[in-house]
Amino acid sequence: MTEPTTLFEKIWRRHAILDREDGTTLLSIDRHLCHEGSFHAFDKLKAQGRRVRRPDLTVAIADHYVSTDAPETGNQDPSRREVIERLSRNTDEMGVRLYGVGAPEQGIVHVVGPEQGITLPGLLLVCGDSHTATHGALGCLAFGIGASEVAHVLATQTLWQKKPKTLRVTIDGPLGAGVSPKDVILHLISVIGANGATGHMIEYAGSTIREMSVEGRMTICNMSIEAGGRAGLIAPDDKTFAYLKDRRYAPKDRDWESALEDWRSLASDPGARFDREVSIDARDVAPSITWGTSPEDAMAITGRVPDPAREDDPTRQAALSATLDYMGLTPGEALTNIAVNRVFIGSCTNARIEDLRAAAAVAKGRAARVTAIVVPGSTPIKLQAEAEGLDRIFIEAGFEWRATGCSMCVGMNGDLTPPGERCASTSNRNFKGRQGPGSRTHLMSPAMAAAAAVTGRLTDVRDLIGGA
Amino acid sequence: MEPFGKLDTNAAALALENIDTDQIIPARFMRAPRSTDHGQFLFHDMRRGPDGEPRADFPLNSPDLSSAGVLVADTNFGCGSSREAAVYALYDAGIRCVIAPSFGDIFYSNATKNGLLPIVLDRAVVQSIWKTLETANSARIEVDLESQTVHLPNGVTHRFDIDPFKKRCLLEGLDDIDLTLRHSDEIERHEQAHGETRPWAGTIG
Repeated sequence: MTEPTTLFEKIWRRHAILDREDGTTLLSIDRHLCHEGSFHAFDKLKAQGRRVRRPDLTVAIADHYVSTDAPETGNQDPSRREVIERLSRNTDEMGVRLYGVGAPEQGIVHVVGPEQGITLPGLLLVCGDSHTATHGALGCLAFGIGASEVAHVLATQTLWQKKPKTLRVTIDGPLGAGVSPKDVILHLISVIGANGATGHMIEYAGSTIREMSVEGRMTICNMSIEAGGRAGLIAPDDKTFAYLKDRRYAPKDRDWESALEDWRSLASDPGARFDREVSIDARDVAPSITWGTSPEDAMAITGRVPDPAREDDPTRQAALSATLDYMGLTPGEALTNIAVNRVFIGSCTNARIEDLRAAAAVAKGRAARVTAIVVPGSTPIKLQAEAEGLDRIFIEAGFEWRATGCSMCVGMNGDLTPPGERCASTSNRNFKGRQGPGSRTHLMSPAMAAAAAVTGRLTDVRDLIGGA
Repeated sequence: MEPFGKLDTNAAALALENIDTDQIIPARFMRAPRSTDHGQFLFHDMRRGPDGEPRADFPLNSPDLSSAGVLVADTNFGCGSSREAAVYALYDAGIRCVIAPSFGDIFYSNATKNGLLPIVLDRAVVQSIWKTLETANSARIEVDLESQTVHLPNGVTHRFDIDPFKKRCLLEGLDDIDLTLRHSDEIERHEQAHGETRPWAGTIG
């Protein structure tokens, strides 16, 4: 009898070319996604006189540096535009497919992969970006790598990896009104900590995940890295297959049938052992926000700013005081009293069509009190939203309707939150200076961000939509 | 990369948890090619006050520690983005080793590929090193990768673990692309078999 196996182990074994005595495995890579930041790897490759071994399995997408208000220029700032042009030159030279500025497929790399059917269950996908875990929502083993590893994959289409430990997060129960996948993942990170999954790959399971849309699952897997986990995985099911069917690069006809048969075997066997298990009751999850400068600083919107005086460890007490000082917050203050200066709805975490619909439902018939920008995750999503009239809802409510890109999640394209300003953001990181030097970020769901836009302060979205 | 030699250098304590790569090098400096001195970007916004002037309380700003080759940090150092430029910034500033209770996984991997040694020690040990650096007359630390040991100015020695392959690559300054290409036959055989079993895996479109 064969030992029950985890989903992760099944995908890992398929890609193992050889195992070295020291416990490191050479893995074959099915999909390699690049973006402007991959220039270090291309530079290294060229300096060593090497070529891209499998340009046919490599896809490059311009996303980090592309302007969202003048996308046709690439970027009006010459030094930013240069980084986009560098990607075009490198991909031209190496024969790599590029979805560059103006391409109908262009968007955020982690949105485009699934959307085009480049991401498929059972594959091994890498990208020089830590949010690559997003693709795990389709049952694709996917993780972020650094520039040296990107160069290694470009040159060899393989990667040496030590097998990570496994952590299964089981989430059961229905989600309450106004509670979204973003709230679930913020809650999880607050429970296990920003290094709670370091050294582990996470498999998400349980009824909440099974009931969740594929897009919602992407939001969950996306933020695995904010819990320290390099990869997040969800077993593919009928929802996954329905999502993928007829996507541009999904298998067709007879291949689709054999693929389905193969994909149905991609689940952890009953009794499969994980190195760690964590359980979350979805009923404990409320609409949440982060108040500090680490993603683990998340709590229900009904809460109050923590008080350093209640912290025993002097190092942590000092760190908490410094955080509140940076964030401009007063201990004990109700979170819903905190006024915001701007709102960002976008990023690989929360810029898919369901996210835009959720934000639009709150914005509809209301008026933004602060600058609010909406940045769709890809050009196809932008067009779909426009076909559904979501752009009109946002524009009539005073939100800016922008072109696609990573935008204010990381500010590389120039979409920045000015020093000292507070941004309600649907992105994934609230690090100091993440959205610009001195910026103050509060992470939340698209509906919560839209609620903050129309009230001008952090708001419990249930107060606007009912259902508290 | 340069082979990793023995270190005998000053160490600076950075007793803050979750130092992310955005703090190590802010995103706006990431357009620079590798040939640019990335040391100037290291902790750029952390080490300066709102007025842009260096903060006196930031360890690497003190004259004694500006040439420190070892950083003794706290839990989850290098968490966040995969930017390898975080390692370039540390390396170009002369730092060759970071000691911490834990690291972001991607940062750890990036470090070992650029001649920067990440050492994991228990948090209690790391705390004792901060204490030693604070109270001893010297901030001098020795790091010997060959014997996997750290010697402190108070005479105490700590052993650390490291993956044997990463150790070899660091010590010899090896580039793993060349090592991998020695397995070209196995890679091709695997690719062919994998593509035959699952045609959709071996092609896009």
